[in-house]
Amino acid sequence: MTLELSHLNRRFAEYQALDDVSLQIAPGEFLALLGPSGSGKTTLLRILAGLDYPDAGSVLKDGKDFLATTARERNIGMVFQHYALFRHLTVLENIAFGLHVRPWRKRPSRAVIRERVERLLKRVQLDGLGRRYPSQLSGGQRQRVALARALAVEPDMLLLDEPFGALDAQVRVTLRRWLRELHEELDLTTVFVTHDQEEALELADRVAVMNNGRVEQVGSPETIYQQPATPFVCEFIGKVNRFTVRRNGAGWVGGGWQPEDDPWQGRYGEAVAYVRPEQLRLAVPPSQPAWEARLRHIYLAGSVAHLELHVESLGQSLEADIASEDLARLGLHAGMELRVAPRGAVLFPRDGQGATLNHERWIWHARSPVPA
Amino acid sequence: MSRGVRSRSASWPRRLGHVALILLALAFLVAFLVAPLATVFAEAFRDGVTPYLAAIRQPEARSAIRLTLLVAVIAVPLNVVFGVAAAWAMTRFDFRGKTLLGALIDLPFSVSPVISGLVYVLLFGAQGWFGPWLDAHGVKVIYAVPGLVLATIFITLPFVARELIPLMEAQGSEEEEAARVLGASGWQMFFRVTLPNIRWALLYGVLLCNARAMGEFGAVSVVSGHIRGLTTTMPLEVEMRYNEYDYVGAFAVASLLALLALLTLAVKTLLEWRYGDEIAAHAPGGH
Repeated sequence: MTLELSHLNRRFAEYQALDDVSLQIAPGEFLALLGPSGSGKTTLLRILAGLDYPDAGSVLKDGKDFLATTARERNIGMVFQHYALFRHLTVLENIAFGLHVRPWRKRPSRAVIRERVERLLKRVQLDGLGRRYPSQLSGGQRQRVALARALAVEPDMLLLDEPFGALDAQVRVTLRRWLRELHEELDLTTVFVTHDQEEALELADRVAVMNNGRVEQVGSPETIYQQPATPFVCEFIGKVNRFTVRRNGAGWVGGGWQPEDDPWQGRYGEAVAYVRPEQLRLAVPPSQPAWEARLRHIYLAGSVAHLELHVESLGQSLEADIASEDLARLGLHAGMELRVAPRGAVLFPRDGQGATLNHERWIWHARSPVPA
Repeated sequence: MSRGVRSRSASWPRRLGHVALILLALAFLVAFLVAPLATVFAEAFRDGVTPYLAAIRQPEARSAIRLTLLVAVIAVPLNVVFGVAAAWAMTRFDFRGKTLLGALIDLPFSVSPVISGLVYVLLFGAQGWFGPWLDAHGVKVIYAVPGLVLATIFITLPFVARELIPLMEAQGSEEEEAARVLGASGWQMFFRVTLPNIRWALLYGVLLCNARAMGEFGAVSVVSGHIRGLTTTMPLEVEMRYNEYDYVGAFAVASLLALLALLTLAVKTLLEWRYGDEIAAHAPGGH
């Protein structure tokens, strides 16, 4: 089923939860709603589930009004942030709930229900725990029961609200991969809400980045990461270095770095530039423009090393990431001087009042990227 | 026995302080709770078992018991319905005047029961707002059973709601939402999810409500009219007998009320003991 969300608005007493949100959800896709808390992502999910309704706007399912149907008619599986398992029912009864409450004409026979519940229990790797109560399970087990319960009704769409939020880091990564495999097996349209960008990028086919009730950008994880549409997306996704550049004749200058052309053709005098830590070249030959930087610290974090570089001409520090094994190869040590330049950057101009303009993005690449 | 060692090593004056405090608490309990309760039974059986049984077999006593039970049987279920509805409204919806509703639920706690009774007399009495109209249609409220029921409902109004509101607040509505999304109708959601989650608190509320409904004196006294055999509930019967110097009779009926209180306490304790684990599992945070 295709869902077409257009111009959704939802206002709560204190704030605007959704501000003119439009989005398409394609059949079978795995969509992440990513944003900080209060960005409206959960409100959007609740509207899809039928637990909340927008003040304005429409949701069409295959061209028909989806908002006119109630939560119980939508045939949706939902996993709540805190799982919302029925605490007075066993695991088996929890999973069977959606089948037991069907009108008797549509209710499968006892044998069919039992068979389906047992199969789901096996699928979420909890066979043998069916007689337990939710309070007797670990967080990861509860999460899988919640998922089995949602899948038992054979939904058209699966909604997950911060599905891994309450789990510890190790369980989270395992469950994440497992959920991705499950999605590929079931081919079920899945929408999940998260504030964890790593989770969204790793799991989803498409990511919708939300901020202050608006969708900032929708796209594949690669697009979101490589071609962020707004300064918010730049700063929210991954780590990023930010600095200011100023126009100088036909080109731009930020310290010793001078991107040659100007897509804005002299309309702006100042811009903000974003460079990812892995986009910094560390040993630039003297023939090319670069920043003179002092390597202040090396933070070794397993496979990656974070370098803190102080650039005098920018008056700030930049962070560069390199593979740990390259540390020795490049002979890096704290206190040494390096010539540093970006391989790529994303720039947004500032108008006369200093406000950043989202719609005039410039994605800059070095002309002849030389490997560091 | 670390406990013994510790208490022996505690300084003498401190131990004395502990003992004194415990004795004080015990003395209070005996003086204000146990002694009066014992007196009730002692006075009731002062002349032996036969006069006791005779006293509670009198037609007036039996009619008082019947009336008390009738009032409770009407008032308690109505309170359950109201209490659940009010708790639901207070914890599941946001609306204007929510604080006002909360204050109104507590009103019977803060108003003197005599005033509550008088309000009904002012409304439905012979000189009241609706009295003449009701009288013309042959409906008697004041000095009749409907008045007793109304006054009792008013007095017991907060019991169920006050028991449920904090629990439902803490449990939140996520489980109910999950039931909705899974396709449950409103009633299915209520009977399969909400009710099982609140059943112990509801039962406590019912027990307390019932005890109060049967034991209420002030408000009922005002609207009753004290018509022997017709509008006297057990507490009123106790008072009338006492005023007539029928001590054995008064205390015999009073002992039945005391028994009811003890029974309520016993059931509550039994439930806590028998289902303690489950009650703990249902408590907020036990999930």
